[in-house]
Amino acid sequence: MIELDDVAYSYGGGELLSEIKLDLQPGSFHFLTGPSGAGKTTLLKLCYGALVPTSGHARLFGKELRGMVRDDIAVARRRIGVVHQDCQFLDHLTVTENIALPLTVSGRDLLAESANLKELTQWVGLSNRADAKPPELSGGERQRAALARAVIMSPDVILADEPTGNVDWEMSQRLMRLLIELNRMGKTVMIATHDLALIRAAKSHVQARVLRISNRRLQLAGADL
Amino acid sequence: MRPDLSRIADVLAGDAQADRVVPPTGFTAWLTLFSAAAMAFLAVFALALSLATGRLADRWAGELAHSATVRISAPAGQLAAQTEAALKVLRTTEGVKSARALTDAEQRALLEPWFGPDLPVETLPIPRLVEVVETDEGFDAEGLRLRLAAEAPGAVLDDHTRWRRPLARAAARLRFLGWLSLGLIGGAMAAMITLAANAALAANSQVIGVLRLVGARDDYIARAFVRRFTLRALGGAAVGAGLGALAVLMLPEAQRAGTFLTGLGFRGWHWLWVLAVPVLAGLVAYAATRMAAFKRLREMP
Repeated sequence: MIELDDVAYSYGGGELLSEIKLDLQPGSFHFLTGPSGAGKTTLLKLCYGALVPTSGHARLFGKELRGMVRDDIAVARRRIGVVHQDCQFLDHLTVTENIALPLTVSGRDLLAESANLKELTQWVGLSNRADAKPPELSGGERQRAALARAVIMSPDVILADEPTGNVDWEMSQRLMRLLIELNRMGKTVMIATHDLALIRAAKSHVQARVLRISNRRLQLAGADL
Repeated sequence: MRPDLSRIADVLAGDAQADRVVPPTGFTAWLTLFSAAAMAFLAVFALALSLATGRLADRWAGELAHSATVRISAPAGQLAAQTEAALKVLRTTEGVKSARALTDAEQRALLEPWFGPDLPVETLPIPRLVEVVETDEGFDAEGLRLRLAAEAPGAVLDDHTRWRRPLARAAARLRFLGWLSLGLIGGAMAAMITLAANAALAANSQVIGVLRLVGARDDYIARAFVRRFTLRALGGAAVGAGLGALAVLMLPEAQRAGTFLTGLGFRGWHWLWVLAVPVLAGLVAYAATRMAAFKRLREMP
């Protein structure tokens, strides 16, 4: 689905990532870990086409990223749900409108999707906050809304960048349960996090590969994880 | 850039859901509305000027072409004989449709604006004027001058060319300046709307980032901005053009001041041009915002 083959990425004269090999197979679950500044966000951005590798090959759904025009990338992103630590909402829209944003930009009829939208809002536990504006939400509510927005188009892949970074342990467990549930539905999930306790807790519920970025390279994490 | 009518129709038809994704921006909204209204107001005046000078040029050409004047200056005792001789020459000249001497009353009326009524023209050594109307083919002015010099030495032919040419040239230049002003107004409006659109795009770079993240195509993002700016320009220009038309309507009627002046304003179907001003402003805004939006989106990572 998403494949990085011997990918390197440089910025401002310095190489941030080197010799990256990654193949996200359908239905797989990955954790991506490493210290802050190791390049986890950069790697995720390469996975959803926000960045183009300096060298090597990145393929999104079989298409070479370097050969894709902006519109191709936009279409590919409809198959990839992205959850950011800072959520990235449009603050002038309600929670429901933000969750429905991928449907809106792809020209879907929101009326026809209203049942799906309601069900999803309920699934992430935000039914009573549907008409609130994002700045009125707590950290956990924001993350759940971001997750709902990421999955509204029923994407093949879900990429989450530190989704539990701003929430307490209980909420992070709740978010993890939602992500594991999505994986059980057949979605490919990759979560970038520096929270090793979270990974350890999740591993008892899902068969996950844990990858670590160390010294610009991607490695399979040790048995301690 | 050639405007695609179906795209423009799509933009105007709009999409209520898509309209909501870009937050309203007060500063650029007012800038666009105000500049479109001001430019449309000026455009109406430039248009009125162009059309009025056009009419003026046509009128001058119409009034002065195909006509000439013979002025006969002679001692009082010879004036009637020379006038008769000149008329005889004129009636036998090819290209002259008619020729007649102006009466005293007509000459008095001509001098009235300068000397007032009751001027005793009979007692003054005023030359006799002969009005000559040409056929469509016209006459040979040089040949006529030679014949008049031989038959009526006091007769001088004025075929109006001398002062018709500079008048026609001035009118044509005024008309050109009017159209040039319209072009400059359109260009200035495009520049202002481009600036406003760029400011709006820069202020909404985070919004654009989010839209791209969720799979929006650049065309979709651009359309949200283009529609907003096109409608604002259309609305502002409609108000400006309306006020401009009202101001033109309220101008004093120059026709009363003299037959040569046609007055700054619109006549008959020329009023339809006022309706075209907001439409053209909308098209200018559409093209300017679309170009600005796509340029900006291309530059964004």
